[in-house]
Amino acid sequence: MSTFKFQSSKQPPKLQMGVIDWTMKNLFSSKLNIALSFGAFYLLYLIIPPLLDWLIFSADFTQKSNAECTKEAACWSFIRAKIDFFMYGLYPSEYYWRVNLLLLITLIFMLIAIVLKNHIYKNRGILLMLSIYPFIAFLLLYGSETFAIKIIQTHQWGGLMLTLVVASVGIVASFPIGVFLALGRQSKMKIIKVLSISYIEFIRGIPLITILFMASVMLPLFFTEGVNLDKLIRALIGITLFQSAYIAEIIRGGLQAIPKGQYEAADALGLSFTQKMALIILPQAIKASIPNLVGASIALFKDTTLVLIIGIFDMLAIAELATSDPQWLGRKTEGLVFVAIVTWIILYSMSRYSKKLELRFKR
Amino acid sequence: MKNIIKINNLNKWYGEFHALKNINLEVGEGEIIVICGPSGSGKSTLIRCINFLEKFQQGSITIDNTVLEDDVKKIRQIRSEVAMVFQHFNLFPHLSIIDNLILAPIWVHHKSKQNAQEKALKILDRVGIKDQAMKYPNQLSGGQQQRVAIARSLCTSPKIMLFDEPTSALDPEMISEVLDVMVELAKEGITMICVTHEMGFAKKVAQRIIFMDEGQIIEQNSPDKFFNNPKSERLKLFLNQILG
Ligand SMILES: Nc1ncnc2c1ncn2[C@@H]1O[C@H](COP(=O)(O)OP(=O)(O)OP(=O)(O)O)[C@@H](O)[C@H]1O
Ligand SMILES: [Mg+2]
Repeated sequence: MSTFKFQSSKQPPKLQMGVIDWTMKNLFSSKLNIALSFGAFYLLYLIIPPLLDWLIFSADFTQKSNAECTKEAACWSFIRAKIDFFMYGLYPSEYYWRVNLLLLITLIFMLIAIVLKNHIYKNRGILLMLSIYPFIAFLLLYGSETFAIKIIQTHQWGGLMLTLVVASVGIVASFPIGVFLALGRQSKMKIIKVLSISYIEFIRGIPLITILFMASVMLPLFFTEGVNLDKLIRALIGITLFQSAYIAEIIRGGLQAIPKGQYEAADALGLSFTQKMALIILPQAIKASIPNLVGASIALFKDTTLVLIIGIFDMLAIAELATSDPQWLGRKTEGLVFVAIVTWIILYSMSRYSKKLELRFKR
Repeated sequence: MKNIIKINNLNKWYGEFHALKNINLEVGEGEIIVICGPSGSGKSTLIRCINFLEKFQQGSITIDNTVLEDDVKKIRQIRSEVAMVFQHFNLFPHLSIIDNLILAPIWVHHKSKQNAQEKALKILDRVGIKDQAMKYPNQLSGGQQQRVAIARSLCTSPKIMLFDEPTSALDPEMISEVLDVMVELAKEGITMICVTHEMGFAKKVAQRIIFMDEGQIIEQNSPDKFFNNPKSERLKLFLNQILG
């Protein structure tokens, strides 16, 4: 009698594909593909070398002034000369350290959040950081008389720093409002429901520019005379109101993806409405919405450039301003390319990070 | 035997549709009841009325001397004593098994986290999946998930347990592991109302079997009489169908 033997598991065969296999399969698999591939190569040949030449090989990096940039290529000396302006706007240079310190604190907080990942104090730690961060940021960027920190008026803020402030305040502040609007839209109470729906649909029906104009022109009308609301604050309010309507719709999508059974199980356990929402429904809805939330945040980041219309100098507006310096006339392209590169780096990291989050939550 | 559930002339409509018609039912403390009947006969609706997952329009339900009414506090109090196990488990996928179990003890019954965890581990041990405590629901098989769901409802020490077809979403080889847990439970004196088509289970543990059709209780009897001496034609037909 022969006994049955279980076979031991083996490694799956490797799917190897060499460079040649890959090119043959992806670029030259048919006549049409061959033609398209060569066409594309030719276009790249037309574009890439001159572009690289302009950007790097013939570019000037070390010249002291505009006049010394003689070649038909980028004059990065312009950016070197103006880099502080691009980063901080008109923020007084002796206080740059305050902005840098805030950046450092931000990075440290992020690091702590990553290190805490599976620690029992994770939630408490993150909550604590989230609640003290706005005060630290306010004290460092704006200042305070009581703490004898010199006040830097917001009209002196500008550049990348301002872009980051506007975008992050907009993204963070709109989130809780959006969540409440989304819940309101599903509410059984008619008034709340109608109010939420009207708000969301009203805001989504008008462009951000209009809202910014309204915020800068109309908001002051609501306040008693004498109270002069800061221009930046007005813009932030406008952006937050705008973004929260979109966040609400995204969260609503996440809520709709939650099966009815989750509500019933929470109810059957005797959880209250608030507990059910906070512990069961919203965590799942928000996780499901992360890709869309990041998408909306990226869109908002780009839209923040519109604040230049109401006279706030974000990085793009600064690029514009910097080239009007008589010493550096005609260096607009360099300014715009620089802004584009910086923006791309930030937004690309955001989207990479969201990919990572998605993978982590995919359980 | 003291009655723990009293249902009096219960009527329930979904819009125009009369889903429950004049239901009268009394359940004694510690009694094990099985409800069966064809699809759409109102079995789920009936047991979902008992913990107020469904509202009803007429009649009354009294649980442990508390009359069920549309009042948030009362409903929560009833629900903290009446546990329910669903056909599709309805575990919380974003929480680990242990966190699924300690949720209600902590938030509804205000137990300390440590207390809740100790009890949860004991109960997981009882249903035979203590070693899975740190996993997440969709890392478990259907049978294991349903045992977790049973464990979750046990963590609040309910007086009454409602089961709505707990095995009908499971692969055949997993049904018995869940039924075994339920049989063990039945021995412990907890009041159980099970909607199920597992007639073997019904014969083994039920003290009373109820047959429903078209929103009404057609017949109820002890298992012996229910299977061997059905009175109504409809029950005979039903038994023929499911017993083959
Ligand atoms: N939310 C609802 N809205 C409208 N009608 C419903 C709703 N839920 C159930 N019904 C109807 O009420 C009747 C009873 O449903 P119920 O779910 O209680 O049946 P059941 O006996 O549990 O059936 P099954 O064995 O298929 O689970 C069915 O005819 C069903 O179509
Ligand atoms: Mg049912």
